[in-house]
Amino acid sequence: MSMLLEVNGVSVTFDGFRAINNLSINFAPTELRAIIGPNGAGKTTFMDIVTGKTKPDEGTVVWGERNISLLGMSESQIAREGIGRKFQKPTVFEAQTVRQNLAMALKTPRGPFSVLMHKKTKANGARIEAVAEQIGLADSLTRSAGELSHGQKQWLEIGMLLAQEPRLMLVDEPAAGMTPEEREKTTDILREAAKTRAVVVVEHDMEFVRRLNCKVTVLHEGSVLAEGSLDHVTSNQTVIDVYLGRSHA
Amino acid sequence: MRKTFLSQNPSVLIFIALLAIFTIAVTLLSEVTGVGLISTSFVKTLGKTLCLSLVAIAMDVVWGYCGILSLGHFAFFGIGGYAIGMWLMYARTEGIVMTSLASQPLPPTPAEISDAIGNQIFGVVGSSEFPLIWAFADNLFVQLLMVVLVPGALALVFGWLAFRSRVTGVYLSILTQAMTLALALYLFQNDSGLRGNNGLSGLQNIPGFEDSSQAKVSIAFFIASAFALGAAYIGFAWIVSGKMGSIVKGIRDNEARVRFLGYHVESYKLFIFTTTAIAAGIAGALYYPQAGIINPGEVAPIASIYLAVWVAIGGRGRLYGAVIGAVFVSLLSSWFTGGGAPNINLGFYTVQWTDWWLVLLGMSFVAVTLYFPKGIGGLFDYLVRKPS
Ligand SMILES: Nc1ncnc2c1ncn2[C@@H]1O[C@H](COP(=O)(O)OP(=O)(O)OP(=O)(O)O)[C@@H](O)[C@H]1O
Ligand SMILES: [Mg+2]
Repeated sequence: MSMLLEVNGVSVTFDGFRAINNLSINFAPTELRAIIGPNGAGKTTFMDIVTGKTKPDEGTVVWGERNISLLGMSESQIAREGIGRKFQKPTVFEAQTVRQNLAMALKTPRGPFSVLMHKKTKANGARIEAVAEQIGLADSLTRSAGELSHGQKQWLEIGMLLAQEPRLMLVDEPAAGMTPEEREKTTDILREAAKTRAVVVVEHDMEFVRRLNCKVTVLHEGSVLAEGSLDHVTSNQTVIDVYLGRSHA
Repeated sequence: MRKTFLSQNPSVLIFIALLAIFTIAVTLLSEVTGVGLISTSFVKTLGKTLCLSLVAIAMDVVWGYCGILSLGHFAFFGIGGYAIGMWLMYARTEGIVMTSLASQPLPPTPAEISDAIGNQIFGVVGSSEFPLIWAFADNLFVQLLMVVLVPGALALVFGWLAFRSRVTGVYLSILTQAMTLALALYLFQNDSGLRGNNGLSGLQNIPGFEDSSQAKVSIAFFIASAFALGAAYIGFAWIVSGKMGSIVKGIRDNEARVRFLGYHVESYKLFIFTTTAIAAGIAGALYYPQAGIINPGEVAPIASIYLAVWVAIGGRGRLYGAVIGAVFVSLLSSWFTGGGAPNINLGFYTVQWTDWWLVLLGMSFVAVTLYFPKGIGGLFDYLVRKPS
C-alpha cells in the first residue's frame, strides 16, 4: 500500500535530551489516526519535524506519490505541499476578523504578487461561509478573532485548516477548553475531514479519542510504544503503566 | 475593485480630501498669488513636512503593519536626496561655469568644462576629479531613476540577507542601524565622492528655472510633495487593506503561523521593506531641494530613530497616525529648537527649550509607549465607533 507520509528512524536531541528516538510512523492517504501518550512523549515534536519547524538529527520523512523528502524543505513549502497544522495552543490572528483569518488560510496562490492582485470571488466567499458554517462561526465572520472564546478559537483554527484543504491535517489537542457538546461536534468535523484525507489527532482526552473511533498510536519517550484499536492499546500493560495508570486511570 | 477599496476605507478619502484642501489653501495664501499670508520659507517648511509625512507612512507600513522596526529608513530618504542633489548641483554648476567660460576668446573644450565643474564642486574636499558615482550626474533622467533604484536595490540586498537568515526583532533593528551608520560614515569621508561633511548644497536652485522666483519654485515643490504623499497614501492603503494587508499583519503578529499557512514570509517582508525604502527615497528627493542642502548628518542613525518616534507618537498601524506624528512632532520640534518656544526662567535655572526639547520628546515617547500604545491616532477610535 502506498503511504502518504512515511517517517522512518527519526531522532531529535535537544541539549542532550532525546525527545524523538528512532521514531517510525506511517499514514495512508485517507485515514484518521489518534496519537496519545504522556506529557513530553514527543507528540508535538513529531509534528514539528513533519512541518519543517524542527530538523531531525537522523532519519527520513518521505511524502506523497513522488516520494519526496520533506527534510530539506522550508515550513511554507511543506505547507504548500499540502500539510496543514493546528497548534496545541490555539494560534489565530487575533487582530483580524474571523473572515480574514479564514481568507488567509483559503487554498489560493501564495505568492506576494498574486496576493497583491487578489480579488474576492463569489466562490471563495462561499467557501469561507461553508467552513464557517461547519465550525459554528457563521454568525461571527465579522467579529475579531481576539474576542472569541477559547473553544471558538480552537474551532477557528480547525476551520483555517479545513480552508487550506491539506492532504494531511496534523491536529494538536483540538478539544482543550471545549465543552462536551463542542467536543462532540469537533469529532464529527474531524471524522468527516478524514474521509478525503489523512487526519492525525493528538489528544489526551480518552472519551474524545474513543469517539474518533480510529487507529491509535501510543508514543512514549519519543518512539512508538503500541499501535492498534483503542481497546487493543489500552489493554497493553506497558501502556497502562506509563500513561493510563498515571493520570487517566 | 477600486470602488470597494475606497468605500471600505473612508479614512483614505477623508485624508485625500483634507490634503487637497490644504494644498489649495496654502497655494492661494502663498506669495505666488500675491496674497502672501504664508511666507515662502514657511511654504518650504510645509512642503518638507509633507515629505516627512511620506517617509513616516512608509515607516508605519514597515513597522506598524509588518512589524519590522527598521531603524534605517531615513538612510533611504537620504540616498534619495543625494541622488537628486547630484544632478541639481552638477547642472547648476555647469550653468555657472558655462557663463564664466563664455567670456574667453576661445570656446572651451569639453575637458576644460569638466575640469571647471569638478573644481567648483569638489574644491572643498581638495579634488577636482569626478568620482565614478557622478558618471550620470548630468542626466536628470538617470538621477531620477537612481532616486528609486539605489534605495530599492540596497533594501532588496540588505533585506534578502537579513530576512533569509531569519533575523528578527531587536537584532534586525540593530542591523538596520548598523547599515545606517555605515552609510553615514561613508558619506562623511572626503573621498566618498559626495563632498564629505560639506554635503551637497544650493539645491534650492533648480537648473532651468533660474528665472523663476523661489516663491514659485517652493510652491511647485510643495504641490509635488502633496501629490507624492497622496499617491503613496492611496498606494500603501491599498497594499495594507486587502489580502496583502492580512498577511502582512499576520507576519507582524505571528510570522511562524503565517509560514505554516504556506506563505513565504521572507518574500513578503522583502516586498514591504523594498517598496517602503523606495517611497522613503522619493520623499528624500522631494525634501532636499526644499531644504537646499543635504549633508551626512541628515543620514545619521538618530534620524531614523526619530522617524520611529514620530510613528509611535502618531499611532502605529494606521497611516493617518503616521502623518499626524510626523506633522505634529516635526513642526513642534522646529518650533522648540528654532527658538519659537519661550524659555522658562525658574530663577535658579532657565529651561532652554533648544536643549530640553529632546528630553520632552523622549518623555513623550516613553509615555505614549507605556500608556497610549495607539498614539494620537488612537483618539479617533473614540470618535468613530466601528460597527461590530
Ligand atoms: N525546542 C525545544 N528545546 C528543548 N526541548 C524541547 C523542545 N521542544 C520540545 N522539547 C522537549 O522535548 C520533549 C517532548 O516535547 P513535546 O512537546 O513533543 O511533548 P508532547 O508529547 O507534545 O507533550 P504534551 O502532551 O505535554 O503536549 C519534552 O521533554 C520537551 O521539554
Ligand atoms: Mg504537545
